[in-house]
Amino acid sequence: MKILVLLKQTPDTEAKIQISANGKEIESSGVKYIVNPYDEFAIEEALLIKKKLGSGEVVIASFGSSDVKERILRGLAMGADRGLLISNEGLEQCDGLTVAKVLSACIKQENPQIVLCGKQGIDDDNMHVGTMTAELLSWPHVNVVTKLEVNGDSAKVEREVEGGQVEVYDVKLPAVFGAHKALNTPRYASLPGIMKAKRKPFDQKTPGDIGVDVAQLKSENATVVASYSLPPEKPAGKLFKDEPVEEMVSKVVKLLREEAKVL
Amino acid sequence: MKVLVFLEQREGKLKSSALEALTTASKISGGQAADVAGLVIGQQVEGLAAEVKGYGADTVFVAQHADFEKFNVLNYAAATKAAIDEFKPDVVLGIASPMGRDLFPRVAARCNAGLITDLVDLDLDGGFTGGTKPMYAGKVLAKIAFQGEGIKFATLRPNVFPSQESSGDASVKTLEVTPAQGGLNVVEVRKGESDKQDLTEATRIISGGRAMGSSDNFKVLHDCAEVLSATVGASRAAVDSGYAGHDMQVGQTGKTVNPSLYVACGISGSIQHMAGMRTSKVIVAINTDPDAPIFSIADYGIVADLFEAVPIMAGKLKEILS
Repeated sequence: MKILVLLKQTPDTEAKIQISANGKEIESSGVKYIVNPYDEFAIEEALLIKKKLGSGEVVIASFGSSDVKERILRGLAMGADRGLLISNEGLEQCDGLTVAKVLSACIKQENPQIVLCGKQGIDDDNMHVGTMTAELLSWPHVNVVTKLEVNGDSAKVEREVEGGQVEVYDVKLPAVFGAHKALNTPRYASLPGIMKAKRKPFDQKTPGDIGVDVAQLKSENATVVASYSLPPEKPAGKLFKDEPVEEMVSKVVKLLREEAKVL
Repeated sequence: MKVLVFLEQREGKLKSSALEALTTASKISGGQAADVAGLVIGQQVEGLAAEVKGYGADTVFVAQHADFEKFNVLNYAAATKAAIDEFKPDVVLGIASPMGRDLFPRVAARCNAGLITDLVDLDLDGGFTGGTKPMYAGKVLAKIAFQGEGIKFATLRPNVFPSQESSGDASVKTLEVTPAQGGLNVVEVRKGESDKQDLTEATRIISGGRAMGSSDNFKVLHDCAEVLSATVGASRAAVDSGYAGHDMQVGQTGKTVNPSLYVACGISGSIQHMAGMRTSKVIVAINTDPDAPIFSIADYGIVADLFEAVPIMAGKLKEILS
């Protein structure tokens, strides 16, 4: 079975996000980039499925800038078989729908049985691309997946919703699945794995190579980021210390009721 | 502008945020109730239309089928598309809930239209042109604009927009929809382990960090949460240490929350945790380290051992709340 994992790179979760002087971009210099954390669960799950089935190919694909190659190599070091990077030159700031159009064209060419991705990118927090890609392929999808069990040409899938409720689905393959944390524990790339990753097949393509007309894509309905801003800083609060705990707690409870009025 | 509002229900109960979306739709339409329609999808849910009467919509489309009783994104997408074809809205509005976040990308892609998710503010100068949404779990706010002439899709962050009565008959209009044959079947929906409100919908949260030391020690938070009618959360450090379930995690790789009261206990305040809870209206932090970063965003800080302070707090709260 061929499994394709969609990957994106994001700033590290501990990175301080800064905005460029013109307010239109997120500052990238000095920022450490990582594999979108949820995508790591997707890679791990692809490797587990391949192992369980005893054969197959795990391809990691991304639509992004040239430095995303480093992130894909990390996935290859974890054990994936092949990398594919489609250049986003000229479409760096495009929205999720546009990304989904490119990725669905890529998936049509690759023809996998399962597409895995993270449930959301931790940068734009949208949860758009996986679901939109499935729609453009006329495939089913399940996002926020916490359990995935492949049986022949279908899969039993659990999805977490609010209040700890779990929706259980029977899904016909091919399908797109968005990985959530509880799905597995991603492995670390071993040193031999990292060495081997550099020799694994890696393709770089342009949207044109997979039949996508960039000019046409740019003319279609979409959304654009007009500007970024930082949320307002909170004014300093009241800090209580070096007093008996009972007194400090009393004061805060009183303030919560009388000043903040939240009780 | 004509606005179609997806009115979310689970088990026949309307989400309170549906009224927030309707009120916002009414604002987008300039108060023209004839230009606002609701959409309810489910089984035996026509009674829900009466609950939204007076919230800005003259019409409520109701799509009912035995297969619609439980949420199935392909069926719900088919019903939403049917309502769009019938009503021909300029805007389709919903809530950025787990259901909304699953349904809207499907339908927007089906209509080849732009979607903005999780709005906290709208740009209504010259029609609905876009709005502001948090990114990086709230580290940044992005102003986003629709591009092109097509239909616009948007979801609102819950608990941000007000709900307010105005006008609107909310008369039921039945929508005949055939379930989709798309290869997705709902086997069952399992209840969560507790009846507690989800963190993303909670109005009060009390969270524990690494200092909790064990899952048993979370009892002290649960006891206090009981008094406060709060939901218990956790930091990534506590979740990774196995002290709390992953569905309790607040932060950039957990849940983004915006309660009216957030009590952080034994949480130092990593960037990724603070990103997930900084929009809480009032923040209380309890930590033994006076230099903990969490104090920088706390409205009220107490430098103390949480195991000493939290039970005292529970006692004091009990006195004034009961």
